Amino acid sequence: MLSLTSPIRTPFHRIPAGPKLLALLLVAGGTMALADPVPLAALLLAVAVLFAAGGAGFARHGLRVMRPVLPLVAVLMAWHLWLRAPEAGLVMILRMLVAMVAANLVTMTTRLDQMIAVVQRVAAPLRHIGLRPEALALAIALMIRFIPVMSTRVAQIGDAWRARSRRRPGWRIVMPAALAALDDAEQVSEALRARGGLS
Amino acid sequence: MERNLSMIALFAALIAVLTLVPQIHLPFGVPITAQGLGIMLCGTVLGAKRGALAVLLYLAVAAMGLPILSGGRGGLAPFFGPSAGFLIGFPVAAFVIGWIVERWRAGIGTVAFVASVFGAIPVLYAFGITGLVLFATKETSFATATAAMAVFLPGDILKAVLAAAITRSLARARPQAILSRA
Repeated sequence: MLSLTSPIRTPFHRIPAGPKLLALLLVAGGTMALADPVPLAALLLAVAVLFAAGGAGFARHGLRVMRPVLPLVAVLMAWHLWLRAPEAGLVMILRMLVAMVAANLVTMTTRLDQMIAVVQRVAAPLRHIGLRPEALALAIALMIRFIPVMSTRVAQIGDAWRARSRRRPGWRIVMPAALAALDDAEQVSEALRARGGLS
Repeated sequence: MERNLSMIALFAALIAVLTLVPQIHLPFGVPITAQGLGIMLCGTVLGAKRGALAVLLYLAVAAMGLPILSGGRGGLAPFFGPSAGFLIGFPVAAFVIGWIVERWRAGIGTVAFVASVFGAIPVLYAFGITGLVLFATKETSFATATAAMAVFLPGDILKAVLAAAITRSLARARPQAILSRA
């Protein structure tokens, strides 16, 4: 499974995940305090400059991940033009773009294991309400592993179906796939218990 | 404990797999996926608390940068976008669905259907619409946002039917796996 972390190394990769996430929260919160398009555009430019500092390839990658947002931007602008409130539309679009571009910068320069470490640290106080950080880290790892396991199961059951029938496998493989997935989860839990469990 | 943990991880992965199933995009940027089916199954099979935890796990892993949200999105950006209200509503919807299935001890198929409709339509839409309205400027009213949600209705009812059928079959084949009724 592909992660969204950029393979292109930038100076931002070396900054620890915690400060980056904190900075992101400040920037996203800051955009809510600004209601004028000019400072918001300046902020967007500043975040874009940070992307450019990562090199041309990195900046191109940053632009590519923003592409799905463009139709939304167009629709929002059209809607506000129709409402005769272009400035309000511009403020809203700029706020969204600043927060999203800054969030992408953090996502693209932080490895998954660093993120898991932050989650583990932030979740530590939840120990008092019965959620153990080790259990959380294990659940994250298990879930990430289950995604390809489940896809493989569906593919296997589809192959078995095609070996028996000339018709296409459709909804009929849903139940066998669901049962196989449940049995996989049961086996994992037995394996965990056999290895001493979460005690 | 180990069993709860692996079931929660499994259902979190199930939401991810169902979300990546081919999907249709609506013009205002909120895509239709089988994701809702995954959320419903979390509630009907795992129950309130575990179901909500599975959805939270899915969101946490998506936020950490795996492209498992609708449209292959991931990372932190979607949590600042117009569909953030739905993302926040997902665990609440799963909790409500699970809560109903745990409390109302009629036939599991019927209960799962009613609970899924209730959790995925009024409860989840309330969060989604609030998100859209807060995100948009004052010019977008609750009425327009609510009207825009109508396009989701047929799909969500179909998903509730599927969730009920799958839950009922699972209850027959693996009764011990229906943690909401354990």
